[in-house]
Amino acid sequence: MSLSVDIAHTFGDFSLQVTFQAEGGITALFGRSGAGKTSVINAVAGLLRPDQGRITLSGETLFDGDTQTFLPSAKRRLGYVFQDARLFPHLSVRDNLTFGSRYAPPTAPGPSLEDVLSLLGLRDLLDRAPGRLSGGEKQRVALGRALLSKPRMLLMDEPLASLDAPRKQEILPYLERLRDGPLGLPILYVSHAVDEVARLADTLVLLGNGRVQAQGPLYEVMADPAAVPLLGVREAGAVIEAEVIQHAADGLSRLRISGGDLLLPGVQADPGARVRLRVLAQDVMLSVKRPDGLSAVNILPVKIETVHQGEGPGAAIALRAGQDRLLARVTRRAVAELQLAPGMGCFAIIKATSVAPGSIGR
Amino acid sequence: MSIDAAAWDALRLSLWVACFATLIAVPLALWIAWLLARRDFPGKATLNALVHLPLVLPPVVTGYLLLVAFGRNAPLGRALDSLGLTLAFHWSGAVLAAIIMSFPLMVRAMRLAIEAVDPKLEEAAATLGAPGWAVFGRVTLPLIQPGILAGAVMGFAKAMGEFGATITFVANIPGQTQTLPSAIWAALQIPGGEGQAIAMVLMACAVAVGAVALSEALARRVARRISGA
Repeated sequence: MSLSVDIAHTFGDFSLQVTFQAEGGITALFGRSGAGKTSVINAVAGLLRPDQGRITLSGETLFDGDTQTFLPSAKRRLGYVFQDARLFPHLSVRDNLTFGSRYAPPTAPGPSLEDVLSLLGLRDLLDRAPGRLSGGEKQRVALGRALLSKPRMLLMDEPLASLDAPRKQEILPYLERLRDGPLGLPILYVSHAVDEVARLADTLVLLGNGRVQAQGPLYEVMADPAAVPLLGVREAGAVIEAEVIQHAADGLSRLRISGGDLLLPGVQADPGARVRLRVLAQDVMLSVKRPDGLSAVNILPVKIETVHQGEGPGAAIALRAGQDRLLARVTRRAVAELQLAPGMGCFAIIKATSVAPGSIGR
Repeated sequence: MSIDAAAWDALRLSLWVACFATLIAVPLALWIAWLLARRDFPGKATLNALVHLPLVLPPVVTGYLLLVAFGRNAPLGRALDSLGLTLAFHWSGAVLAAIIMSFPLMVRAMRLAIEAVDPKLEEAAATLGAPGWAVFGRVTLPLIQPGILAGAVMGFAKAMGEFGATITFVANIPGQTQTLPSAIWAALQIPGGEGQAIAMVLMACAVAVGAVALSEALARRVARRISGA
């Protein structure tokens, strides 16, 4: 399965020109509002006809501006989960869920109603009307409805944006199960929330001003200093994979990454599990000597890969700790005073409290 | 006071004409309303104007134009006549007049209802694989039921009360083309006919009240079902 998008579209004085590939797993399309994310996903879904370009899915042409090919939405077999759920108000949850089943080819692979009910915890809602569901429940039904149309790929346009934090936490595990579960459905996920992207995505496409600014595997793009301004200086930071070693009695858990061990609070996963850590660049300090007498417990020997001077007073430093990449944000003055340069070895101090429980998952 | 058989005949004919006209006009009006609400095509403005014409023309003029088009000596009327369908001075002509006069009201109500349906729901249905007709049948149609009902009731009432175009097109032949309004008018022309007129006025009121009550009850049921609550 591979989605290939190469389109150009103009509305008013906004021009969109986007090229990217999405393979398996979750491909996140990240950008601020107005970056053109929704237009891209709508073009993939067939709800927007771009001025020119090509969109193909596993070799099948969905859109080709040169040959005037435009496969209508109904024939694309892409499950779309909208930000605003868009459940049919006159149908029960059950009838919403099964709405698209009859249009899928009988031989198409896909989950059964039973599978979806247990995956999304919808069994008790079946006979309810959409008007009597909470926001999180609506989104779960919308997701189930898309899955039951047996799509070749899922398209999700900010499915969590209209939900408050607890409702988000309610949905995220379902999305993770979808990613890691037996369905193995590729997902194109539009979002402007870095935490969601860091937690869910395998591949990241950064969109800004209607153009692709960076794309690649999540771990690489998140650790790329050039991506800092696109993600926002407060949100930027590397995502690394860690193995849970043990939980200590004082509430801290030992996690192992390739460059050493970290002690972190609030880790829920069992020992042996692999989790994702998001280490914010602003929570990483650098020291040229191994520090002594600090309250921070996480100190990793690292090697500086690049120093990226931005326009402001800050600089983003790409670091390597074993096989993993980290990102630190320091001041330009510190770069000068410590004479930070590529190839130099130093120590990264990571505040133990800087990893929120919500950003750990797998 | 006894009510003339002619009055009962007029009531029966009016109900028959109004029901028939409503049944024919509803699907047609729905189609036109959908075209006007959801499609762009050349001649859309003209179609819209044409549909609304009977609303602004004097009914007598509409009746006269029908006579010109469908009279026995008009080409169209002759052609239909040879197929066994006589319209002028025949109850079926009253049905045609009722359809044309009630059409703008029906189209209006249904068009507003269709425009009130969020196109995003129709988009969602399409992404689930539903072809165009299924989107209409499974999403749009159920959601506009109140509008269809309102249009049908208004059209029915208009058909029951239609007078000018009907009397011009099909005249006022008791037992054949004399509808309730025509019969009331005729009774008022005869000295001492007020009694019959009042009886028929009461009939008209009863039908109107009955239709409104029925539509209210239906509307409540439909609204409960589609409100999503």
